[in-house]
Amino acid sequence: MSGHPEGRAEQGGGLLEIRDLMVVFDGFKAIDGVDLTVGEGELRFLIGPNGAGKTTLIDVITGLTRPTSGTVTFAGASLAGRKEHQIVRLGIGRTFQTSVVFEELSVLENLDLAASFRRPLPSLLRRRRGVAAEVAAALETIGLQDLADRPAGILSHGQRQWLEIGMLIAQGPRLLLLDEPVAGMSKDERERTGELLTEIARDHTVIVIEHDMEFLRRYASTVTVLHEGSVLVEGDVAAVQADPRVQEVYLGRKKEEAA
Amino acid sequence: MSALTRGRALLTGRYRGHVLFASVALLLLAIAPAALDPFRLGLLAKYLCFAIAALGIGLAWGQGGMMTLGQGVFFGLGGYSMGMYLKLNDAGAEGLPDFMVWSGVEELPALWEPFRSPFFALAMVVVLPVAVASVLGLLVFRQRVRGAYFAILSQALAAAFVIWLVGQQGLTGGTNGLTNFYDVFGMDPEDESAQRAFYFTVVAVLGALYLLARQLVRSRFGRLLVAIRDGEDRVRFLGYNPATVKTVTFAVSAAMAGIAGALYVPVVGIISPALLGVVPSIELLVAVAIGGRFSLAGAVLGGVLMNWAHTSLSENWPEGWTYLQGGLFILVIMLAPKGIAGLARQAGDLLARRRSAGAPAAPPAPVKEEVAV
Amino acid sequence: MLDQLPVGLSIAGALLLIALGLTFTFGQMGVINMAHGEFIMAGAYTAYLLQDLAAGQAVLLALPVAFGVAGLMGLVLERLAIRRFYGRPLDTLLLTWGVSLVLQQLARDLFGAPNVNVTAPGWLDGRLELAGMTIPYTRLFIMALAVACVAAIWGYMNRSRQGRRMRAVMQNRELAACSGVVTERVDQLTFFIGSGLAGVAGVALTLIGPIGPTLGTNYIVDAFLVVVAGGLGRLRGAVLAALALGLLNSFVEFWTDASFAKVVVFAAIVAFLQFRPQGMFVLRSRALT
Repeated sequence: MSGHPEGRAEQGGGLLEIRDLMVVFDGFKAIDGVDLTVGEGELRFLIGPNGAGKTTLIDVITGLTRPTSGTVTFAGASLAGRKEHQIVRLGIGRTFQTSVVFEELSVLENLDLAASFRRPLPSLLRRRRGVAAEVAAALETIGLQDLADRPAGILSHGQRQWLEIGMLIAQGPRLLLLDEPVAGMSKDERERTGELLTEIARDHTVIVIEHDMEFLRRYASTVTVLHEGSVLVEGDVAAVQADPRVQEVYLGRKKEEAA
Repeated sequence: MSALTRGRALLTGRYRGHVLFASVALLLLAIAPAALDPFRLGLLAKYLCFAIAALGIGLAWGQGGMMTLGQGVFFGLGGYSMGMYLKLNDAGAEGLPDFMVWSGVEELPALWEPFRSPFFALAMVVVLPVAVASVLGLLVFRQRVRGAYFAILSQALAAAFVIWLVGQQGLTGGTNGLTNFYDVFGMDPEDESAQRAFYFTVVAVLGALYLLARQLVRSRFGRLLVAIRDGEDRVRFLGYNPATVKTVTFAVSAAMAGIAGALYVPVVGIISPALLGVVPSIELLVAVAIGGRFSLAGAVLGGVLMNWAHTSLSENWPEGWTYLQGGLFILVIMLAPKGIAGLARQAGDLLARRRSAGAPAAPPAPVKEEVAV
Repeated sequence: MLDQLPVGLSIAGALLLIALGLTFTFGQMGVINMAHGEFIMAGAYTAYLLQDLAAGQAVLLALPVAFGVAGLMGLVLERLAIRRFYGRPLDTLLLTWGVSLVLQQLARDLFGAPNVNVTAPGWLDGRLELAGMTIPYTRLFIMALAVACVAAIWGYMNRSRQGRRMRAVMQNRELAACSGVVTERVDQLTFFIGSGLAGVAGVALTLIGPIGPTLGTNYIVDAFLVVVAGGLGRLRGAVLAALALGLLNSFVEFWTDASFAKVVVFAAIVAFLQFRPQGMFVLRSRALT
């Protein structure tokens, strides 16, 4: 991927550090004192029942929601007060639960826009000639070469999710945040996404929010469980699954949901 | 390949744009000047001035999703800059513009003084609209005020501007505006050759600005603009600041309106508040809607057609014109939201599909709109 | 200078009556109704037509009739055209502008292009001297009318079952529909009431000055600014914004001159949006639009 000039995260700390985070919406504590450290190169899964604060956490990291108190630090820099696009420029990218791609632009143009934000404005005024290396690489990773020149509006749900992931890769971020990447996908598509995830995790730091337990078991190593706005347990998949508190709040609730 | 299929290929293939541009250029540069009498040619020049302003709206609204209901303001800033210079030029070194004398103004207002210089005036034609649009754009887009909110604000700007113009009789000529120009860059505007020169200037400027706008639309910037139109909040997470992109585009469209206004002054011989307020501004926008907002050519076409219809119908049949205009908007919005250009494209695609039966054409994308709330 | 207070307050009252309908149709249905101005005009011409009836009480008769006439016009417009464009404010803006053109021309054909005067009933002729201010009864009447209408709307929204449904639809249309609210009914009713209030405003405006086919155009821009500054669909916001706008306008007019007032008001609103980009009061939502 396009290089990040920054070195390894500073001694003792992670790439992403969240301390005492509180988010209150009109009196409702969506996040209630979360501490979270994610190290460089890690693949971290974030799970928890609905309303646990997973998406809110990602919203805070990416600047969509302002925290009530607490700090978020990325590669040693505080994210407080930074706007969404500035946070992206620091090297944090994300996808959304309901994928948003630009339907009137072609698949290639979607990827190209994602890869071009570091260009100065005047150079954007020129027409695109050829395909940049990082765009070609992203296109290959997500396997949509055949659809490169078709408008993104014709893509299936699964293909859209992949395009979103591809756009994320093309951005060349240090940290990727994926919000439920396999929601609504077929079994085959989930498999394909899992492979994609493994491939990306090889040279990126990734945080994934996911509900799908089978997907979690197959692809996760470290898992953080959120419950009612705070961290309940953190550890490897087996340990977390065996934890009775997790079974109570998460798996128990999961059954009700399924019913 | 028969001549017919080859002709068809020109109309439907990838050179469709070039062929269209060349034919329109031929029509405007050779055929129209030869076929039309000076009066009609003058009218055509007037419609083309509106087409330049419409092109700017096509850029800001069609591509960028900014529904600007205040283009009259920028048209006016350009027009008044030009008009002020011409007025001072006619008045001579010591004289005052005639309307100031009539309203009892004895000394030239300081605001007018620099407009003695033609270079300053011509610069202001672009600088003033760009400055106003940039300040408003930055303040408003930075705070993510958009969609209908932006439309309402731009409309309020047009209303305020016109009320101010009318109220400052001694400074701006009030309701009458600036008129009676006798010397336009050494030419007598009543003169047939001068009218021709104005016409060719307008056509050349329109052509140049059209090419500029097209380049902008096809660049990465243009793709980014469409992306912002369809999902402004998503674009932030691609690392861009939509406020910057929108402000630049809004300023370019304002500059186009300013240039249109400046050209309008010698062509028609007047600039007045009646041309600039809420109603003319929205009329211009609706002309773009009817021509086809998603296509630059459609915007230009709409600007010409609606102003032609306005001029030719409203003089002889004013009541009918209003009903027709109102009815036309309702019909276009309800039945053909992509306007004439959208219909033409559909027809062209149909033709192309019939030619190469089998290859499926992409289904027409639904019209989307940035939701304000 | 104190005399500007009742002037500003009465303008604010009329603006508020106009803006209420706009803010509810915009907030609830995502509709920008440019023809709303012509409902004002319809209300004003209703008062004009009724002025010789009812021996001096014509205004009181005109108020409910104008409410009904303008309300029905709104309902017809909603049924015939607007309901297909819910959630597409910019398209409705263009569409209803076409409607507004047609209605204005219709008024010109029916009543003639020149402005006409409506004679206020004799009991509104006098003026009240209060705390150093001179308040014409007509201005007082408009203020009272606005207060009464706002109170009625407040009661309707907070106390009646229909009003609660309306608020539910405004906050979350899908959820309201799932909970058994017939949203279509609610929309129609909102449109009827909102348009009717514009008609009432039209009657009020006949007390201030002459009326004509373009009466609505003069007020609609300001009324939309009230909506923007107040926040979508917010009663409190509309009241405060209308007061601020009306007072600012009349005081700036007094201090400088009328041609500056609109410029100052516009600048004030843009400045205000720097602090509250979504208006004074906002309905919160988590969705990424």
